[in-house]
Amino acid sequence: MTLLLLLLLPFAGCVIAACMPAYARNREAWFAALIAFCGLLLTLSLYPAVSSGIVIKHELAWLPMFNLNLILRMDGLAWLFSVLIQGICLLVVLYARYYMSPKDPVPRFFAFLLAFMGAMQGVVISGNLIQLVMFWELTSLTSFLLIGYWHHRADARRGARMAFTVTSIGGLCLLAGVLLLGYIAGSYDLDAVLASADIIRSHQAYLPALVLVALGALTKSAQFPFHFWLPHAMAAPTPVSAYLHSATMVKAGIFLLMRLWPVLAGTPEWTWIIGTAGVCTMLIGAYLAIFQHDLKGLLAYSTISHLGLITCLLGMGTPLAMVAAIFHTLNHAIFKASLFMAVGIIDHESGTRDMRKLSGLSRLMPYTATLAIVASAAMAGVPLLNGFLSKEMFFAQALQVGSNSNWWMSAAAVVMGIFGVAYSMRFISVFFGAKATALPKLPHEPPRWMRFPVELLVLCCLIVGVAPQLSIGVPLQTAAASVLGERLPDYNLAIWHGINAPLVMSVLAFALGILLFKVLKYRFNLLQSAHIPVLYRFNGKQAYESSMLILASSAARLERLFSSRRLQPQLLLLVLAGLFASALMLQAMPDFSPAWSVEHFNLPFALLWLIGCTCAVCAAWQAKYHRLAALMLVGGTGIVTSLTFLWLSAPDLALTQLMVETVTTVLLLLGLRWLPSRISARKMNLVASSRDKLRRSRDLVIAIIAGSVMFVISYFVLLHPANFTISNFFLDNAVPGGGGTNVVNVLLVDFRNFDTLGEITVLSIVALTVYALLRRFRPAPESIGIPAQQANQVDPASRQTPAQQANSGYLLIPGIYLRLLLPVIGISAAYFFMRGHNLPGGGFIAGLVFAVGMIIQYMLAGTVWIESRLKLNPHRWIAVGIGLACFTGLGSLAFGYPFLTTHTAHLTLPVLGELHLPSAFIFDLGVFAVVVGTTMLILVALAHQSVRSHRVPGAPVDNNAITSREIR
Amino acid sequence: MELTIALSIGVLFGSGIWLILRPRSFQVITGLLLLSYAVNLFIFITGRLSVNKPPLIVQGEAVDPSLYADPLPQALVLTAIVIGFATTALYLVVLLGSRGLTGTDHVDGKERDSAE
Repeated sequence: MTLLLLLLLPFAGCVIAACMPAYARNREAWFAALIAFCGLLLTLSLYPAVSSGIVIKHELAWLPMFNLNLILRMDGLAWLFSVLIQGICLLVVLYARYYMSPKDPVPRFFAFLLAFMGAMQGVVISGNLIQLVMFWELTSLTSFLLIGYWHHRADARRGARMAFTVTSIGGLCLLAGVLLLGYIAGSYDLDAVLASADIIRSHQAYLPALVLVALGALTKSAQFPFHFWLPHAMAAPTPVSAYLHSATMVKAGIFLLMRLWPVLAGTPEWTWIIGTAGVCTMLIGAYLAIFQHDLKGLLAYSTISHLGLITCLLGMGTPLAMVAAIFHTLNHAIFKASLFMAVGIIDHESGTRDMRKLSGLSRLMPYTATLAIVASAAMAGVPLLNGFLSKEMFFAQALQVGSNSNWWMSAAAVVMGIFGVAYSMRFISVFFGAKATALPKLPHEPPRWMRFPVELLVLCCLIVGVAPQLSIGVPLQTAAASVLGERLPDYNLAIWHGINAPLVMSVLAFALGILLFKVLKYRFNLLQSAHIPVLYRFNGKQAYESSMLILASSAARLERLFSSRRLQPQLLLLVLAGLFASALMLQAMPDFSPAWSVEHFNLPFALLWLIGCTCAVCAAWQAKYHRLAALMLVGGTGIVTSLTFLWLSAPDLALTQLMVETVTTVLLLLGLRWLPSRISARKMNLVASSRDKLRRSRDLVIAIIAGSVMFVISYFVLLHPANFTISNFFLDNAVPGGGGTNVVNVLLVDFRNFDTLGEITVLSIVALTVYALLRRFRPAPESIGIPAQQANQVDPASRQTPAQQANSGYLLIPGIYLRLLLPVIGISAAYFFMRGHNLPGGGFIAGLVFAVGMIIQYMLAGTVWIESRLKLNPHRWIAVGIGLACFTGLGSLAFGYPFLTTHTAHLTLPVLGELHLPSAFIFDLGVFAVVVGTTMLILVALAHQSVRSHRVPGAPVDNNAITSREIR
Repeated sequence: MELTIALSIGVLFGSGIWLILRPRSFQVITGLLLLSYAVNLFIFITGRLSVNKPPLIVQGEAVDPSLYADPLPQALVLTAIVIGFATTALYLVVLLGSRGLTGTDHVDGKERDSAE
């Protein structure tokens, strides 16, 4: 339970911190500190259990059937890292309170910081490998946000992107590696994986798994050749650098290698991959650190070098090296965090981090200078400080592992020591010499509590350095034991081991390091050198940038090759893909002997479809130059389809098709006005080019093939014996279950009413979209004027409004009976609606019938006349309809039934007799309202375009133009 | 009858495919209409052909499925028809907007170099 709290606390804190006001710097800092402090206390409270060797586990079921559970697991190693994470977070928060300027948006900072802390905590206490990877990626994400915190700065954005790209690529590799490990071990549970170490090491997938996991760990811990992201991440605020890039996030890779050490280590492959990366990193990092001019840059490369040292120790694969690795991880976190904070203070107080400008700071800020010098002495490995002890252990291991044959191992260790001393010298050189004059600000000591975290950390350096066994001995042993188990070696944390080889190496490193620094400084003008000797060509950033560039440009090239913004090729590909898929399907057709019944040939039916097909083909032929004709022909096909439905026992479909046919035709008629006039090619004496002819022939062939395929499939379906397994259920249950004899309607409003609810929602969305799009509609300039057909000067009707035509003009007689038709159509709609549950009809059909009745009135008398007499408010119809449908659905919830359960009430009324009133009836009423609303909204919005005044672009504004009223 | 309707579906589908491959937006909308007829009919015939057997239950008798047409494809097609209207409307509005913005009714918003 404590573990769960430990994990959730930072995330909860993150949400709260994000909601605090922007100026509340103190409150934010106090709050974040409180969270970190609670976390620290929780961690410390687990110490008695952990130190006695118990592994605390908390398991939450997640996907138990796939054996995937959320497992929180705390052992010695996780405990040590937790203390580091929570403790340093506490100090960093305190420090950030003073470091952040009042102008910075602090809620974002502290929220991200807490989220990062939670993610990191999740990494170290994950007991499931997939869960670990998830938190791992979360640390990448939060670190991206933290590095890019000052997102107005280009270097911050670039650094954040680079760090994120590199670490998340590594994260993906890690995921793959972890999946492989889980596959080999048969479980993702960490304990199970640790238990099957021997199986994993002898499995043939061991090498791929190792490489993938190593890629994840090495990218995260900024190991060669992925080290280049870390210096660029220094664009982050210094508290972030102190926390993420020295103490925690970069240690996640190290942590992972330690965690999986019992499983993966001990093979030559492990030693080669991890060891080589470690050695290269520690040498290159230390070398580059000497030549930095930016204080933070120096610390970044030194961090890379120290991480390389730890990786190298892990690569050695001996138990004692493991102890040294854990010890150095801890030491490095302590002295590096304090150094970063010290640099932050210098930067904050003097306004620059450039070592070429800074000098003589010990006289301006003596206290800070002393702290920084002690910390950098720990970094260099001066005796009586913590860095010395772990470095000695490293030297001893290098000697032991390398022995005589691999003497270069010891040599590399000494070289690293020399470089380390040199860059530490470089670092402390800013405190000596003449007082700097050309600084942006005159430095002075920082506020008391800004220095406090540095003091505390430096004190830790000293305590560990002087009394290692007393201060850190037991926790270190617990942590090492949790990794090594019974292989835990005997070791002695003492300052003085007598004069031995490691001590000689240390002394040598000190002497040569100081010499190197002096030579570089005085002979090679180190302080002003513009570039780094030998390695300056070797630029990871350049490689990264160019690979990103290649990636982007090749993506663009691929897009150009395989994609098109033109519709025709896209549709062509779609059709071809469909044909290909159906070809595959035809191949896989089940073997069946067709139930070859006597072919029912019906002459009238065939003639009907002769008309239908002729209409379709002619429409295809005429759609380019004779749009009106094509529209009528399509309508003909629609009528034939509707008749077919009627013929083939689907009266509901026939009615719906007929009504939809009507509204669709009206819709397209309204649209025709805005299309450009087209004069046929023959009249224009245009001759189609051979390319056009080729394209048309190609399309014709494709169309014929597609049609034939459709014919074959349809015919096969019809010959195949029918299997009515699902439909029988509906037929059997329509009356007892749905209370209606019209099975289609019962299906729509009862059995499948959730479907219908979705459908009417889609309808409403489409109608509102159409309405919204038309509000911004700008017609082409040449179609704004009155169409030629209406501007005819000879026809007197062309000078009348539609209302005049219907009231006294040539439409007088149709006007009278079409108006009389409205109540008739209204009654028909009501009739179709009421009987829908038992006989053909229902909400859809009634809605369409009613909408057609309304449209006839619009067509007759014109928009203006109708709307001055009748406010239809289609939006409200839609709202009421959806509301009714949802209300009916929710009603069943109130009685404890699932959403949209139908209930039938039986009423006996005096005149009407017994009445079945299913709740589906109200649902159907909703459908009706939505159908009326959408149809009217779409058509009326389109019709309004002809009444609206449209301004020709570039023409003067016509103030006298009548603006129509928008439909409300 | 089976042959007739299968052939007709093929013809409607072929005409529709021809039209949606054309360059003018009105041709494409006509093609979509024809395609939706063809597809609706195809879904409908998966319930097989039956004459004079509307799915209206005669009450008071035991339900014999062989006396009724398959109601399930009918219900699916009914909603498909209505949705078809809505998508046609949406496409029409996009078509008109594109025509107004670009000055052409070519589906790509610009005329091809050669006259088509």
